[in-house]
Amino acid sequence: MTIRLVGLLLLLCSSISFAAAKIDNWQTPQGSRVFYVRTEGLPMADIAIIFDAGSARDGQQFGVAALTAGVLDTGASKWSADDIAQRFESVGALFGISTSADMATLTLRTLADKVLFDKSLETVQTILTQPRFNEADFKREKNRTLAGLKQQQELPAAVAGIAFSKALYGTHPYAHQDAGDIKTVTALKVADLRNFYKNYYVAANATVVIVGDLSKEQAEQTAITLLKDLPTGKKPEAIADVAALTKSSQQHIEFPSSQTHVLVGLTGTYRKDPDYFNLYVGNHILGGSGLVSKLFDEVREKRGLAYSASSGFAPMLKQGPFTVSLQTRNDQTQQALEVLNKTLSDYVNQGPSEAELSAAKKNIIGGFATRFDTNKKLANYVGMIAFYEMPLDYLDTFQQKVEELTVASITDAFKRRVNLNLLQTVTVGKTAEKSAK
Amino acid sequence: MNKRLLCTMLLCLPVVTHATASKVSERILKNGLKVLVKEDHRSPVVVSQVWYKVGSSYEPNGITGISHMLEHMMFKGTDKHPAGEFSKIIAENGGDENAFTAQDYTAYFQTMAASKLEVSFELEADRMRHLHLLPEELKKELEVVTEERRMRTDDNPQAKLGEYFSAVAYTNSPYKNPIIGWPSDIANYQVEDLQAWYSRWYAPNNAILVVVGDVQTQAVFDLAEKQFAELKTSEIKPLKPQSEIEQLGVRRLTVKAPAKLPVLVLGYKVPSLKTTTDESEAYALEVLAGVLDGGNSARLSANLVRGKQLAVSASASYSLTSRLDSLFELEATPVEGKTLPDLEKALKAEVNVLQQTLISTEELQRIKAQVLASAVYEKDSNFYQAMQLGALESVGLPWQKADEYVDKINQVTAEQVKNVAKKYLLEDHLTVGYLEPQAIQQSTTNLEPQATQQSTTNAKGVK
Repeated sequence: MTIRLVGLLLLLCSSISFAAAKIDNWQTPQGSRVFYVRTEGLPMADIAIIFDAGSARDGQQFGVAALTAGVLDTGASKWSADDIAQRFESVGALFGISTSADMATLTLRTLADKVLFDKSLETVQTILTQPRFNEADFKREKNRTLAGLKQQQELPAAVAGIAFSKALYGTHPYAHQDAGDIKTVTALKVADLRNFYKNYYVAANATVVIVGDLSKEQAEQTAITLLKDLPTGKKPEAIADVAALTKSSQQHIEFPSSQTHVLVGLTGTYRKDPDYFNLYVGNHILGGSGLVSKLFDEVREKRGLAYSASSGFAPMLKQGPFTVSLQTRNDQTQQALEVLNKTLSDYVNQGPSEAELSAAKKNIIGGFATRFDTNKKLANYVGMIAFYEMPLDYLDTFQQKVEELTVASITDAFKRRVNLNLLQTVTVGKTAEKSAK
Repeated sequence: MNKRLLCTMLLCLPVVTHATASKVSERILKNGLKVLVKEDHRSPVVVSQVWYKVGSSYEPNGITGISHMLEHMMFKGTDKHPAGEFSKIIAENGGDENAFTAQDYTAYFQTMAASKLEVSFELEADRMRHLHLLPEELKKELEVVTEERRMRTDDNPQAKLGEYFSAVAYTNSPYKNPIIGWPSDIANYQVEDLQAWYSRWYAPNNAILVVVGDVQTQAVFDLAEKQFAELKTSEIKPLKPQSEIEQLGVRRLTVKAPAKLPVLVLGYKVPSLKTTTDESEAYALEVLAGVLDGGNSARLSANLVRGKQLAVSASASYSLTSRLDSLFELEATPVEGKTLPDLEKALKAEVNVLQQTLISTEELQRIKAQVLASAVYEKDSNFYQAMQLGALESVGLPWQKADEYVDKINQVTAEQVKNVAKKYLLEDHLTVGYLEPQAIQQSTTNLEPQATQQSTTNAKGVK
């Protein structure tokens, strides 16, 4: 009866006015949190199982989290990597595993038809609860990771990103790449992965997101099936706060490229930050809104200095990076950097104008529905809300929170949070000679 | 058990797909603009795309990349709206927008709340015929496009290999030129070149308007009539065919560039759905690509990445809907200790197996299951649905091909796959490209005298 009611409510909502999705949530007997949204119209489901097991949990073994996740589907119970891939693909399911600093995520997109659905679900459940971690698969995946790390070194953007994270985060776990580095990955043993798996892939540390054309009973059963064989375990302690920066720095990495990649920034905002909306909307005006931001205007539209010029806050469990970036022909790096710095400092000192704020609000609020107009986007939002323990009405109150911001509140937040004396600057490119135009 | 599953799947899936298929409606305005509308009421949003039948494969030598340059200039103002205003208006109406240029088409799109569709139509109609091409704007935008080329191609060894590869693989087909254009062509565009290109191709009778979302079909047709119907037509002269001449023997090239890992590309000349005289061959080539690279269970992953462990990655691609004959490509990176010739041999061995032995029933069923499932998944995205319709129409294929796709793939047999492998994956029609990495000398300089005495937060950050 409750299901029918939920269905009816959604139906009413969608026919009258648009409301953000209703998120249902509960806990499994072992303490995993489940978040469910029913969407109708397409006979499919998107499922994510998220663990607090991202690269921030690497300790000194940079890359162990990503490799643990990466090896999960290369052998489980009686199945080889080939068997696992065939089981998914024979029913048209899409399965993937990804790692970020905060999380390790298993995702499944499958048709809702019971026979097909059950086969892909059984496969995920087995991968999750009975991974083999055998030596041969481990070695192969480790070598592939090492090759990827090596290949990154040929791209100036990647080289710059790695140096920038180190400049911002020093000894904090956000300083290293999710995939680790060549030295630490080389040192990894399969036993390290087993250990990591044992500690972090436990029910108490799991969050399940289900979005699709499934009834609540099906969703409940899905969560139970997926996690029933995981040990209860416990949630790991929160990772350390990010240390405050105390000085600005600037480094240049000489690289044989025709452009210099420029990154400027500092440690920024986190998901539950009371300043979050001020920083988010303020940045939208500065460099977050694609073709109409101040940075885009100053760097590209007025001067033709770069193809892309943008800024962004990446909110994470702890302070993620605030990054301002562009790429420009080597011999005009200095000019571009000056324009970037002046645009940033003017904005921090003066804040946005009323007209700019009003335009930004119109863009964000007017385009609100396009943020979750597919099951995939909606599932990503629900995953974010679930993992970071945001209020369930996050999407419902989003527009209101944007509407309430003022020029004064944004200016104040930027002054406090973007300290121009603490900027970290990384440039990667060729300075030895002036490159031809 | 496996068998039973497959049967159930094949029985139930077509019904599922059929149930969710939404209808496309077509209207051609009196000035020739083709309007396609697909209603999808799951969310109160709409995507609107204008497709022009022009892209890099339309360009003569000397002005390669001009379609892409024009795409950039389309944001630089009209008689009615000065430079930059297009984007500002879209943004203030909650919209998200951009554009892209490909070999066979140039497209512009906005994603907005469904109620704002007219804003997009008004602006797109305006810039379809009334673009203001100003020398000072072109001068700046030339620099922007040159930076884009540096970023995408010049500083990316794999992209560089791709560019040289096409230039060698094709003899006279315009697919030999990069979409972004050759550097000296980019540096020398004149306003007159762009004006001529714009006048020649940007007209309602050379465009397709595609709308997918929470709209009423008739209302969209009415709105299109109101905004676009008065635009003047151009005389669109048929393109010269520029059919690629037959390749008479394998071609090889090497690109030496600063890089860390070697890369191999193989490309065989193949027809597309548009150019083939027998459509079933194009669908068989599509299945062939799926046999090699339709997921983690496909042969390249199973045999070369796992199995023999020769490659850290390997992929295959076929472009079913290109306007001209194109390439069936295989790309791979060897594991440490293996060479590009080792990998080339292994990829050719895979091709040989496809020519000698029928693919298994399981492989064929797997691909069909994936195609059936994708037909449901892709309905999750209005944008993707609009892309399919626009891309087909732009190369001169009817949009109905999108609806036929699942059935056509279902009709492909193992024999047909073997036959196309034998007919098209020929050594004499092959181009082989090697990326040979050159050492990268990297060094870090600290530009701030005090930075070596940074706090503990930063000390580790300085190399």
